[in-house]
Amino acid sequence: MERRAFLKTIPLVSAVAGAPLTRIDNPAAPGPAYFTAGEVAFVDAAVSRLIPNDALGPGAKEAGVTMFIDRQLGGPYGRAQTWYMQGPWREGTEQQGYQLKLTPAQLYRTAIQDIDEYCRRSYGGKALAQLDAASQDKVLKGLEKDDIKLAHVKAKQFFDMLWHNTREGFLADPMYGGNRDFAGWKLIGFPGPRYNYVAEIDQHGKPYDVPPVGVLGRDSRRRPV
Amino acid sequence: MRELVCLLLACWAVDGWGQALHSAIERGRYLAAAGDCAACHTADGGKPYAGGRPVPTPFGTIYSTNITPDKQTGIGNWNEDQFYKAMHEGIRADGKHLYPAFPYPWYSKLSRGDVDAIKAFLEAVPPARQENKESELPWPLSVREVMSGWNAMFFKKGEYEPDPKQSAEWNRGAYLVEGPGHCGACHTPKNGAGAVKTRENLQGGYGENWYATSLTSDVRDGLGDWSLDDIVKYLKSGSNAKAAATGPMAEVVENSTQHLSEADLRAIGVYLKSVAGPAEAKAPASDQQRLARGAALYHDQCAGCHMEDGSGQAQVFPPLKANAVVQAKEPGTMLHMILDGARIASTATNPSALAMPAFGWKLSDEEAADLATYLRAAWGNKAAPVSASDVKKTRERMAKAAQTK
Amino acid sequence: MAKKLPSADVVLVGFGWTASILAQELTNQGLSVLALERGAFRDTVPDFGVDHIQDEYRYAVRDDFVEEPERETLTFRNSANETALPMRHIGSFRPAVGAGGAGVHWNGQNWRFLPSDFRMRSHTLERYGKSFMPDDMTIQDWPVTYEELEPHYDKFEYLCGISGKAGNVGGKIMEGGNPFEGARRREYPLPPLKRSYATVLFDQAAKELGLKPFPCPAANTSKPYKNFYGVQMGECTFCGYCEWFGCGNYSKASPQSTIFPVLLKKGNFELRAHCDVTRVQLDSAHKQATGVLYVDAMGREFEQPAELVILSAFTTHNVHLMLLSGIGKPYDPVRGEGVIGRNYAYQITSSVDVFTNELLNPFMGAGALGQAVDEFNGDNFDHGPHKFVGGGYIALWTTGGRPILQHKLPEDAPTWGAGWKKSMKENYLKNCSIATHGSVMSYRNAWLDLDPTYRDEYGDPLLRMTFDFHDNEHRMSKFLTDQAAAIAKAMKPRSMHVKQRKGHYAIVPYQTTHNTGGAIMGADPRTSALNRYLQSWDVPNVFVMGACAFPQNAGYNPTGTVGALTYWAVDAIVKQYLKQPGPLVHA
Repeated sequence: MERRAFLKTIPLVSAVAGAPLTRIDNPAAPGPAYFTAGEVAFVDAAVSRLIPNDALGPGAKEAGVTMFIDRQLGGPYGRAQTWYMQGPWREGTEQQGYQLKLTPAQLYRTAIQDIDEYCRRSYGGKALAQLDAASQDKVLKGLEKDDIKLAHVKAKQFFDMLWHNTREGFLADPMYGGNRDFAGWKLIGFPGPRYNYVAEIDQHGKPYDVPPVGVLGRDSRRRPV
Repeated sequence: MRELVCLLLACWAVDGWGQALHSAIERGRYLAAAGDCAACHTADGGKPYAGGRPVPTPFGTIYSTNITPDKQTGIGNWNEDQFYKAMHEGIRADGKHLYPAFPYPWYSKLSRGDVDAIKAFLEAVPPARQENKESELPWPLSVREVMSGWNAMFFKKGEYEPDPKQSAEWNRGAYLVEGPGHCGACHTPKNGAGAVKTRENLQGGYGENWYATSLTSDVRDGLGDWSLDDIVKYLKSGSNAKAAATGPMAEVVENSTQHLSEADLRAIGVYLKSVAGPAEAKAPASDQQRLARGAALYHDQCAGCHMEDGSGQAQVFPPLKANAVVQAKEPGTMLHMILDGARIASTATNPSALAMPAFGWKLSDEEAADLATYLRAAWGNKAAPVSASDVKKTRERMAKAAQTK
Repeated sequence: MAKKLPSADVVLVGFGWTASILAQELTNQGLSVLALERGAFRDTVPDFGVDHIQDEYRYAVRDDFVEEPERETLTFRNSANETALPMRHIGSFRPAVGAGGAGVHWNGQNWRFLPSDFRMRSHTLERYGKSFMPDDMTIQDWPVTYEELEPHYDKFEYLCGISGKAGNVGGKIMEGGNPFEGARRREYPLPPLKRSYATVLFDQAAKELGLKPFPCPAANTSKPYKNFYGVQMGECTFCGYCEWFGCGNYSKASPQSTIFPVLLKKGNFELRAHCDVTRVQLDSAHKQATGVLYVDAMGREFEQPAELVILSAFTTHNVHLMLLSGIGKPYDPVRGEGVIGRNYAYQITSSVDVFTNELLNPFMGAGALGQAVDEFNGDNFDHGPHKFVGGGYIALWTTGGRPILQHKLPEDAPTWGAGWKKSMKENYLKNCSIATHGSVMSYRNAWLDLDPTYRDEYGDPLLRMTFDFHDNEHRMSKFLTDQAAAIAKAMKPRSMHVKQRKGHYAIVPYQTTHNTGGAIMGADPRTSALNRYLQSWDVPNVFVMGACAFPQNAGYNPTGTVGALTYWAVDAIVKQYLKQPGPLVHA
């Protein structure tokens, strides 16, 4: 192949610029991409308990995790775009992994309805978002331990997905809408994606004290153009 | 003495100091490489020497012509005298003027023997039938006769006259640089009429929307601290410990200089090392806040390859410290590279074509200016600050260049 | 109706490490070589550019460089009495898609197998007797020796610019290297990488226990390096984004950073991207391949004739294509007959997380920056008292501290809530992890075949994997984990978390992409798919590359051995096959 001609066809600009991010939705659009107002309230409440706002710093809600999850569910991940989603559908063993017919977005919608219904039944007509923190924790614990039986889906399966996505939103590069003001990275001491530690790697035990940076720079609220 | 130099020059032309050029065709092939004819006369993906490549000029786009021996669309019907007249005077076989995008002001310096050898080589190229494209120049430039006035003002025909006070090697280098190599077509600043400012020979200029740095002995933005070996290595492999050829210079190295003999490259170096630069201009001081913002951007975005101290990685990523492109009079090429990325020449000795990605998609004009200003002041570098409007202009130039491609 | 294209001398199915080596070497012989790659063309710039590549969410969490199960997956079950179900999203292993294959997104941990690993069956029988091996264990000797592969290991290491310290040069044990390794002809091309703090702590602890730690061989360059093809690499800057990412500064060996610049210039090489090979076409007697069928990005089907067909895709895909094409007899576990799908194996891993008092800055790292001990690998120790076969290395890697997937918390940390948050703050900068990397033997009831129910996008049956960890592996892994825990304890940590691998193999979560077997090489066509030159016993103008040829898996990462086998095979193709096409070994 004529490499010179071949190379000329390749711009040096990464696919991030301008084009939609592969397999990840563009988080720049205003307003919720997928969630209803009720779902926003549910997720706000849940992630506020999973990673609370406290003396150590902002929690998941403050870090924009709800928005992060919303954008992801509104995109290819939410649609299970890269997953094998052909039947027949059967309940598998634990070792066989995800075997639900529902996409992640559908699982959220179904599970949130089921959980709110459970909460209304158990807590005098209140949805999860309306409960006090202790009750919310109790519900979340019940989901995590699979103690709560939901109408359509397995509690633990949804909890695991919600908790995964919450951590992702809290700790992913802020260009995806979460980790706002580098809340997650500042908490743990991660300086962000930096390419060169040649001078530092063998300075054992020495703190690396540089302000956090994301792919788009030191302003965490910046979005891809 | 003069006779001796001429004799030596003739010997080189025949045997190229070790590189045997046993026939006129081979000699012509070598000179065509030295003149980088293919760079303009072969379009991307097109047939060799069939022309059609757009050549952007400040006045409009000119398309290179078919110089294959095809009788209808090429120069198959031209005789040696007609070809020499085109090379020597910029006048085609039909008597019409050529535009100086065809670098006849340099090719005029070629000896008749060398021009005939190039003609012999071109006659051996496979003929390609491809009609020439009309230039896109505004009136009155579209009327070729205006070039006779231009020639009268800016063009002096004449073969290269060896300088008897200089060595044969120096003369060979001067011949290659000022003749076939036509280095000044990019590396010398031009006036409003697109003619080079001869008094500022090789002091840096624009070529194909890139700023070609000074080739004079200026230490900051020229070749002042390059050794002869540095020059030879750069022209042969595409990079050395101080710099790497990117942009249009990458193509020059790939198509032209890597094919030249070591002796000729050394001769080029000897000549270039003798070209004095201008007196050093004082660089205005840069804004401290801008420098601080630029330093942070450098640390975050650039240090991964160019290293924290700007030293780069030997033979891999060029140093930015004491770098001529960084400290060039015009920041255009550096900005071009920051915004659009760059790829190092791929040569036989160094095929890798290591590349830098584009950062223009994530840096604002202001940020790119901060970064560029920092680079021009860091680690002992000394060059004027860069403004956001410089960056904007570079982006516009890049966008325009992309349209002509 | 497929359109028939002009013939190529060689067609390569897939364009990763093995295909890039083959293409470079076979085009040097003047052959026309065509590579068909199901994914896109990719190059360091722009695809892995430093401007954007350090994006954990995009590449490590959402698998941007990994194959899409929607287009290609397999079904899985632990045993024959279960119904296999599709792997619906990427889980325990992550095959790549796109030019460069997994050579783009690997960590760069580049090992040689031990000399005794190549004589696994006879060595075990000689030292421990027949009763030592479980009845259903189907391990075999490799049909090639370490000594035969040594020059080719060397070549792959010098292709990649491996950073390391030799432990055995020509039989002489070298201070600071791995004293257990097989003899090598010379030092590594580059000295070891700089050491991270955690690897120093591991090193000290291991030495206290009387072990002999050494720097892991790394395909991350400790200095700029130019290989024998003239391709220039940079120097690793410890950015901590190797695995799942492409390297942005040319310092991790990949086809892009070691071969592409010279290969892609050649007029007798062609890459066609976005082309899915669906069949190897055979003549009516099923004795000769005539070419391949493939589907391009526009859904058009083409027939590509070729003199030589080389399968150079991922392990499972090579096996799948052989089964679909009817090359060799499918394996039948009930009768123990047939060869395609036989001896599928994997890797068994475990870890001990170590929470230290020292500040470790885990985000500074490189994919193969580690310190290891090899006392418990292969047959480097007496297995007699332990009653298991196999072993593995124990290493402390500092591959990076990417926050989402690489954070670790003490065993007693709350799983979420304020306590989780507090624990994250207290532990992120002060932890490391010791990994064990254990071998997996092959068994009669671990195999690959075609699924009776689930189909891919072309209507073809998916590959079906039947696999579980056996007692032998669990006991071996427990032993390794105990040794790792002893080293962890000697590091005097605040606390440690022993993560022993227990129970059944699961298709989630991620473990390793060290899937092996299914088209194994051997000396006997009744028990192997390929001869010692990776040539199909049944269709001699088909060669099959990769870890699918491993008769069982050893206690090391497979890439070094895959690279060596590729150079070994291409050497045989050039020196023997091209001179006289036909079977290189007569059974």
